[in-house]
Amino acid sequence: MSLHRQTVAVLALVGIAIATYLWLHAIGVVGALKCGTGGCEIVQASTYARLLGIPVAFYGVVGYVALFGLSVAASQPALVSRRWPTRWLVALSGTGLAFTLYLTSLEMFVIHAWCRWCLASAAVITAIFVTSLAGFFRKS
Amino acid sequence: MKRFYGLLAVVAIAAIAFLIYSANQQPTGAVPGSSASTAPVSAQDSAFPGYILGSDSAPVKIVEFADYECPICALFATVQFPTIREQLIKTGKVQWILRDYPLPPTTHRWSHLAANAVACASEQGKAWDMIDAMFDHHDWALQSSNPTSVFRGLAQGVGVNPTTWDACVSADRYAGRIQASVSRGDALGVGGTPTFFIDRKEVAGTDRSSDRFQHLADSIIAAHPKKKK
Repeated sequence: MSLHRQTVAVLALVGIAIATYLWLHAIGVVGALKCGTGGCEIVQASTYARLLGIPVAFYGVVGYVALFGLSVAASQPALVSRRWPTRWLVALSGTGLAFTLYLTSLEMFVIHAWCRWCLASAAVITAIFVTSLAGFFRKS
Repeated sequence: MKRFYGLLAVVAIAAIAFLIYSANQQPTGAVPGSSASTAPVSAQDSAFPGYILGSDSAPVKIVEFADYECPICALFATVQFPTIREQLIKTGKVQWILRDYPLPPTTHRWSHLAANAVACASEQGKAWDMIDAMFDHHDWALQSSNPTSVFRGLAQGVGVNPTTWDACVSADRYAGRIQASVSRGDALGVGGTPTFFIDRKEVAGTDRSSDRFQHLADSIIAAHPKKKK
């Protein structure tokens, strides 16, 4: 049980780094995204890069921090044998994955540009969801 | 458990180092001062107002500082600007003025060349046709090879005499005018592209939607009734 949660914690930390990088770019703290093509700037400059006036990346930071905090707490001896943290990890990462799929479909069908950092984040949240799900179905 | 915390520490340190490194890089397109050219600027160069679209009697004048290689400028030009052109410029509410602000070659390698290509088309009365062509066929900005032949094709496509255009581009004839435009942008505090000004006030924020420009234009016209057409 603990190994799944520790894996999620490490992945969530990577996700925090990616989302923070995109967020700092959105608020003008960091320079041009290291992207290889202009795709990142096109995606980040689109109207879909903000939700309710807040950069979408910030929601990513919040989501990954929640996943990180929960998975670290759930790895502690006091909670390691409890099932509910795993259920929460599945629910949280599932919500994140659904949101990510929506954003990725916008890149593909509406914006017609790919942001590699967004795709990296999509890979991370997918891995977190799969790992959480594996923990959920694992016999304790 | 120790290995777990050790791994977390390694990932955290790597992430923080990367973010600090990135934060110390130049902001996006925010390198003022910067043209590929340090060409002498004549009084005529300084007097050039930019590429004008729309009626001189329009009550609202919007100045855009743009870089043809900038992907955000291209996105704006192809997604938002057609609506602005139809609803604000053609209706006589807004006069749009595009000014060159090519970023330095370290950021956008072909920006100055592109600005010169447009300027050379402008002397044949095809400025906005060439500007549209530059942004509509923006794939050239993703290539590493010199896009002069692409620009030549675009220029021909909009009806520019290629021989005259070739001579103009080869001579970098409008370097001074482009430099003057960059200096003007620097003086106004342009920190990246695209940057917009309405009545000398910068349009802040990253919302570059046609709806926002519509709202801003309507607000100005409503606040100054005498500006109404």
